[in-house]
Amino acid sequence: MTNTLTVKDLSVSYDTRTGALQALRHVSIDVPAGEIVGVVGESGCGKSTLIGALLSLLAENARVDGGEIRLDGEDILRASPRRLQAMRGNEMSVVFQDPMTSLNPVLSIGRQMRDIQYRESISDAEKSRRAAAMLGRVGLPDPEAKLHAYPHELSGGMRQRVAIAMAALMEPKLLIADEPTTALDATLEVQIIELLKEIQREIGCAILFISHHLGVIAELCDRMVVMYAGEAVEEGPVAQVFQSPAHPYTAKLIECDPGRLRERVESLPAIPGSLPDLTDPPAGCIFRDRCDMATEICARVVPPRETVSPEHWSACHHAKTVSP
Amino acid sequence: MSSFRHTLIGRLTRDPLAVMAIVIIAALVVMAVFADLIAPYDYTAMHMTDRFAAPSAEFWLGTDNLGRDTFSRLLQGGRIALTVGLTAVIISGLIGLVLGMIAGFGPRWLDNALLFFFDTLRAYPTIILALALAALMPRGLTTVIVVVVITSFAEYGRVVRTQTLSLKHSEFILAERAMGASFGRIVFHHILPNVLGPFFILAAMNLPVVITIEAGMSFLGVGVPPGTPSWGSTLKDGFDHIRQTPWLILAGGLPLILVTLGFTFLGEALRDQLDPKLRSGR
Amino acid sequence: MTSDALLELRDVTVEFPGARGLRALTAPPEARRVQAVSGISLRVDRGETLALVGESGSGKTTLARAINGLVPLARGKVWFDGQPLHARPDWHAVRRRVAMMFQDPVGSLSPRKTVRELILEPFAIHGVRVGDRKARARDLLAAAGLAPDFLDRYPHQLSGGQARRVGVARALALDPALVLADEPTAGLDVSIQGEILNLMNRVKREHGLTTLIITHNLNILRHIADRVAVMYLGRIVEIGPVEQLLSTPAHPYTRALMAANPEPDPTARRERIVLGGETPALSARPPGCEFHPRCPVARADCATRAPALAPARTGGAVSCHYPLAADERIGA
Repeated sequence: MTNTLTVKDLSVSYDTRTGALQALRHVSIDVPAGEIVGVVGESGCGKSTLIGALLSLLAENARVDGGEIRLDGEDILRASPRRLQAMRGNEMSVVFQDPMTSLNPVLSIGRQMRDIQYRESISDAEKSRRAAAMLGRVGLPDPEAKLHAYPHELSGGMRQRVAIAMAALMEPKLLIADEPTTALDATLEVQIIELLKEIQREIGCAILFISHHLGVIAELCDRMVVMYAGEAVEEGPVAQVFQSPAHPYTAKLIECDPGRLRERVESLPAIPGSLPDLTDPPAGCIFRDRCDMATEICARVVPPRETVSPEHWSACHHAKTVSP
Repeated sequence: MSSFRHTLIGRLTRDPLAVMAIVIIAALVVMAVFADLIAPYDYTAMHMTDRFAAPSAEFWLGTDNLGRDTFSRLLQGGRIALTVGLTAVIISGLIGLVLGMIAGFGPRWLDNALLFFFDTLRAYPTIILALALAALMPRGLTTVIVVVVITSFAEYGRVVRTQTLSLKHSEFILAERAMGASFGRIVFHHILPNVLGPFFILAAMNLPVVITIEAGMSFLGVGVPPGTPSWGSTLKDGFDHIRQTPWLILAGGLPLILVTLGFTFLGEALRDQLDPKLRSGR
Repeated sequence: MTSDALLELRDVTVEFPGARGLRALTAPPEARRVQAVSGISLRVDRGETLALVGESGSGKTTLARAINGLVPLARGKVWFDGQPLHARPDWHAVRRRVAMMFQDPVGSLSPRKTVRELILEPFAIHGVRVGDRKARARDLLAAAGLAPDFLDRYPHQLSGGQARRVGVARALALDPALVLADEPTAGLDVSIQGEILNLMNRVKREHGLTTLIITHNLNILRHIADRVAVMYLGRIVEIGPVEQLLSTPAHPYTRALMAANPEPDPTARRERIVLGGETPALSARPPGCEFHPRCPVARADCATRAPALAPARTGGAVSCHYPLAADERIGA
C-alpha cells in the first residue's frame, strides 16, 4: 500500500520567552492513498502545529527540529518555496474550521473558484463551468447563480460547502480538513460529514481529518491517530481503537464522552490534572501524571511503540493491559 | 520571583528598548528641570566676540548669531518643550478620553455627531490650522498649547471611542451587567482600565509630535515670543544663519531627534507590555 | 401561578431590528423587526433544572438574556419568585438573586482583574460586607475546586476549565436562587467537561439551586437536566422530562437532532436522519409549521396550518400535527 502522506519522526518547537516549547515530538503519521485518517486530540495536543508544518506555514518563531514530511514521496520540508506553492491547492488543499477566514470576502465565489484554476490552460467560461459543476456536486442549490454570490451572502453551512468545493476542485491527492464541522450545528455537521465521504469516493483523494470530536472521527474515518501534548500516543483502525483502546489516554477520552452513557450518572468521568509544561516536558511517559496505570518505569523510560495488533500500536508500557 | 518583576516598571526594565527609552527621557527631563544648574552660562548672556562659534570646550554646542551659548539655550528650550508637551498632551488626552467614551457609550446619533466633529478637525492640515489659530490669538505659550490641544484631541477621541465600542459589546461587560453592576462601575472599573493601555501608548507617541508642532510654530515665528529659547527658535536662528555656521541648526535638531526616539521607543515598549496577550504569548 | 414555580414565562417574545439603514425604509413592515424569541411559555420549578437545547439562532441565549433584563421583552410576562419582571423591576435587586454564566469561560471575565477581585466583585456590586476578604475568596474558590494560588492570577493565565470554575465561584458568591447558565461546557475539552458538570451538579444540590441551562450538547442532557425544551426558530417545538425526550422524542426535529449527534462508537451507527437544507432566516419564517421544509415526514397540510404546543402521548408537550410514535422510524 502506498502512502499519500508520510510524516516521520517530526519534531517542531516554538521559541518563547521561557524557553523552547516542544509542540510536536517525534510524531509519525501515515495517510495511505484513498483513506480517511483522523487525528484526534484536545487543546494543546499539537494539531495546529501539525497542520502548519504540513503546509509549511508555521509561525515565525517555530523551528522544525527534525523529521520529514513526504507528500507522494516528495519531501515537503526541503521543497523550494516555488514548488511548495505549486503543491498547495494543487496536490494538497485544506478546509478550515471557519470558512469565512479562508474565503476572500471581497471576491465573488465564482471569481475565487476561477482564480484557483490559474494553472489550467482553459478559457474562463470553461473554468466557470467546472466551478459550477463542483458547486452542484457539493450540494449547493442553483450553482450557476452562486458563482455571483459573495461569501457573506451564504450561510455557514453553505460557505463550508463552498470551501470543500474549492478544495476538491483541483482534485488534490491529499485533503486536510481542520475541524471543518466544529463551527457548525449538529444537523449541518452530519451533512458535511456525508459530503466529505462522497467527495473522497468521487475524487479518490486521501483525507487527513483533524478534530477534537471523537464522535465525528468514529463516524467518518478509517484509521485514527490519537495525540496528546505533542506526541502521537496511539494509532490504529477506528473500530479497533474504539473497541479496545491500547493507550490509557485514549481509553479515558472515550470514557469521558457523556454520549456513551445511557443512564444518568452521579459523577461524570473526567481526566483530572492538566497538560505538562511543554517547555520542560517530564522524563518518561508524557501522560503519566494523569494516568491511573502509571508505574515506576513510566517515570523513567519513554514508552516505545507497542504493537497490539498488526495495524494498531500504542506508546504505552502497559499497552496490552489497557483494554481487558 | 519577586513581585517587582511582574509590575509594569519591573517588566519594562527587562526590555532593552524600554531601558533605552527611559534613559533618554530621564536625561531630557533632568536637563530640563535642572537647566539653571547644569547650564554653563546664562541663556541670555551674549558673548559678542564668540558669535557663530563651533563646538568647543568653552561652548559645548557652539554659539548663535548673538554669541549666546547654544547648549544653555537648548536646556532652557527643553523646559518649554516639556511644559508645552506635557500640558498639551494631558489636556487633549483628557478631552479625547471623555469625548471618546461619550461617543462609544452614547446613542448612535451622538456617536455620529462626535465622529463627524473628530474627522472635521483631523481633516485640516495641522500646521495650517495652527497658523490660522495663531493669527487670532496673542503670541505666547498658552496659544501654542491651545493650538496643539485643538489639533490633537480628536486623535485620542477616535482611539478611545473605538476601544470603548468594542469593549461595550464584549462578553465580560455583559457579565458585569448581568451581576447588577452600575453604569459607573462598568465604566470606571472595566472599560477605563482597558482603554488606558492604548491611550497611554498614543500619548507617548504623540508627545514628540506635540513638541515638534511647538518647534514648527516657533520656527515659523508664530510660536513663543522672540528671544524665548525654544528649540524651534534655535532652529529658526540656525536656518537664518546657515551660511555662517551649520552647528546651530544641527544642535537645534538634536533634542528633537532624541525626544522623538525616546518617546517612540517608550510607546512601543508600552504596547508590548500593556497587552496581556502579547506579554505572555507564545 | 403555582407556588412551587420559581420562574414562569408566558408568551415571551423578543424582537430585534431586521433590515437596517436605507433598506429598512423600503422593507415590508414585517421584515423591519424579527422575532428572535416568539411566544414562549414555560415554567421552572424550585430546585429543578431545565435545559434549553437548539441550534444557533434558535433563540435560546436571547431567551435567557430576556429573563434577567439584558434584552427587552417585546411582549409577554415573566415572573421570578412571584415578582413580575415584565413591569420595570429593580434589576439591581433581581440580579442579586439571578446569577448568569456566559459562554466564553475566559472572555466573560474582566481581563485586568485578578481572580480575587473577580470573585469578590458581586459583594462590591451589591454592597455586601465581607469580613475577611481573603478567606472569603479562598472559600469560594475552594468550593469551585481551585487552589488558593489562583487568587492572584489574571483571566488570560487560566485554562478554559479553570476560568469556568472561577465563573461558577462568582455565580455562587451571593447565594442566588436561580442560575442561568449559557453553554457551560462551550470551549472545554471533553476530558474536563465532566469535572465542570459534576461541579455544577454538586453546587446545585448543596445550594438548592434552580437552573436554566442552555446547551447544544445533547450528550450532557441526561446528566444535568430534569426537563428539556427543544427550540427551533425562537419557539419551543417540544418540551418534556429528559429521559422521555431522549428515548422517545415526538417531534421530528428533536428526533433528527438526536440522530445527528455523532457517537463515539463506530459500531453503533444509529438511525441516520440527514435533514435537508438549513434553518431558515428569522426574517423568512416558512408558513404553516416552520419546520415543514426540512421535515422528513411533513404532509401537505403542514405547509399551511401552524401547530401549537399541545400535550403529547409521551408525557411532555409537542408542537407537531403528526407527532412520532415511540417505535416509528423516519430515517434511513
